[in-house]
Amino acid sequence: MPKTMFEKIWEEHVVRDAPGEPTMLYIDRHLTHEATSPQAFAGLRTRRLRLRSPQTTIAVLDHNVPTQRGRRMIDVVDRESALCITTMQQNAHDFGITFFDMTDMRQGIVHVIGPELGLTLPGMTLVCGDSHTSTHGALGVFAIGIGTSEVEHVLATQCLLQKKPKTMNIRIEGTFSSGVTAKDLALALIGTLGTSVGTGHVIEFSGSTVRNLSIEGRMTLCNMAIEAGARAGMVAPDETTFNYIQGRPFAPQGELFERAVEQWKHLPSDANASFDAIYDFNVDGLAPQVTWGTNPGMVSDVTGSVPNPAKEKDLATRKSYEQALQYMGLRPGQKIQDIPIDTVFIGSCTNSRLEDLRIAAQYIEGKRVSHRVRAIVVPGSTQVHRLAEEEGLADIFREAGFEWREAGCSMCIALNGDHLSAGERCASTSNRNFEGRQGLGGRTHLVSPAMAAAAAIAGHFVDVRHM
Amino acid sequence: MEPFITHVGKVIPLNRSNINTDDIIPARFLKTIQRTGFADKLFANWRFLDDTSTPNPGFPLNQPRYAQGNILLTGDNFGCGSSREHAPWALRDYGFRSIIASSFADIFYNNCFNNGILPIILAKDVIDFLFQEEQKQCPYVLIIDLASQQITTPTRQIIPFTIDTYRKDALLKGLDTVEWILSHSEEIAVYEEQHKRKTPWVILPAEYQKPVAEKFNEART
Repeated sequence: MPKTMFEKIWEEHVVRDAPGEPTMLYIDRHLTHEATSPQAFAGLRTRRLRLRSPQTTIAVLDHNVPTQRGRRMIDVVDRESALCITTMQQNAHDFGITFFDMTDMRQGIVHVIGPELGLTLPGMTLVCGDSHTSTHGALGVFAIGIGTSEVEHVLATQCLLQKKPKTMNIRIEGTFSSGVTAKDLALALIGTLGTSVGTGHVIEFSGSTVRNLSIEGRMTLCNMAIEAGARAGMVAPDETTFNYIQGRPFAPQGELFERAVEQWKHLPSDANASFDAIYDFNVDGLAPQVTWGTNPGMVSDVTGSVPNPAKEKDLATRKSYEQALQYMGLRPGQKIQDIPIDTVFIGSCTNSRLEDLRIAAQYIEGKRVSHRVRAIVVPGSTQVHRLAEEEGLADIFREAGFEWREAGCSMCIALNGDHLSAGERCASTSNRNFEGRQGLGGRTHLVSPAMAAAAAIAGHFVDVRHM
Repeated sequence: MEPFITHVGKVIPLNRSNINTDDIIPARFLKTIQRTGFADKLFANWRFLDDTSTPNPGFPLNQPRYAQGNILLTGDNFGCGSSREHAPWALRDYGFRSIIASSFADIFYNNCFNNGILPIILAKDVIDFLFQEEQKQCPYVLIIDLASQQITTPTRQIIPFTIDTYRKDALLKGLDTVEWILSHSEEIAVYEEQHKRKTPWVILPAEYQKPVAEKFNEART
């Protein structure tokens, strides 16, 4: 019987599947960080258990770390963050797991370093106590975000109890206009299909547009799958994937790599595999996207306007639009390009990889950030930071008036001291425009790196297709 | 884990859709290594006025008629966004034992079961009916019986709900998942052997592994 890629990976990882029980699924790789793991390690200590397979878990500091140049422990924003960091250090030491500290060259946002270091490999099951774990699906991985209790389950048993999700195929065709990227595609998909279309499903993104995306672009797309409610996002591995993985530090080398590739070639969904749901999407003529509301589905073309809630027939939708506009301080009918911005944040596990920084740099080279805008770039990893400095990208950002920071989650979740103030309006390359996400009372507009960069220069949103 | 058998409680309505885990517990309260102490932080951004300390009189949790309420009634896609288990911890800390909604986000739904909270999914029209009934009669007290999978309303109407057999069983008995999985350790070992032979590259090179610290070994003996 033909199978989907997800089904192949799932079946390969079933440890136990008894009637009336959830499936016991084996986990190949576990990534962890300081924000959602302390209580799980504490649970192990209480149980007097050690890790079943310590070599499968990798820990890194990303959520609470400062991003100032030359950062040290003394730069950590508050005592609580410092405690999260020292607890991670202690747990990594006591339980004997590989750990990338704040000053390690391999440090970075957990979802950036996984693929970058070759820790994320096709065909794997991968988990992390973080919803954006879906990012890793870009390499043909079943990667899911889990809660802290489940982190403890994995640490102690290397297994998770899971109900098999349904499958969804989103077929994407067409060619992007200049300046339009995977982020715009992700936002447009969520705007069209809604923030809960993927609930209970694993989404496979397929079609020629996806095949032509770089691994970085695929990661942006899979990263946002969780914003469509999906259990996971996935893209079938292909030559682009194999080329990306080859030579990365934790990836198999030499003959073992060749053997792995032979197996990975069998991962893509079979030709006649059936999915529980199928959607088609075309990116021809797709405009750059800008969110205007308080969830990623509240999104418009850059050429559009803020909607008028009064025109919404559905009462619940009208109410949610009204609440969103009130929070965002926007008027019905206001043109997206007329919205002035105070801050630009280029970073997060969605858009902070080298490719993202290269694209952003194209729109600012030789220009100056608007006098009314504060603009910061936070590379996704220390590695990206280093490469961007070597390439001269850091100079471009600095000369244009951007703050050039060290790697971390930073203003995407505002735990580390980088945050918006109440009422401050931000063009952000992150993934969530929820109320207060980037700081209490802060207003977030989600955009691509190109759109964020161009907005930093103009002081308001502009259509990057015309630049 | 604390078992969930039968629960009698007052409903607190929160008639919104897409309530995300940042709404339930804002990220600034994630800077802790504890699993408790979140009760006063639940829905903090809505529950308090702009000074972040004065209770917002318009928010249900602050209204006297909803005092001691412990069943949350809400809309679509509850618990979307971040995977933070601090969200169910905060709900549980406040006193909630059950959340009734038309749909839940997947990660949040799973997290509830690991914290003795029963998430109940009901059809939209039933949810609307409950919101209307609650408006007419406050306190609106429901009896939730997990064994029979039934909710009884104050007017003696019976509303059935569905739940996976295992999850139901785990809640009723207060089963510990780690212990349950570890009771199948031999099966895991057998699986691991064949899995490692088939995909040896999944195992990280030994030079990256650190030895288990002495201190921890001591703690175990």
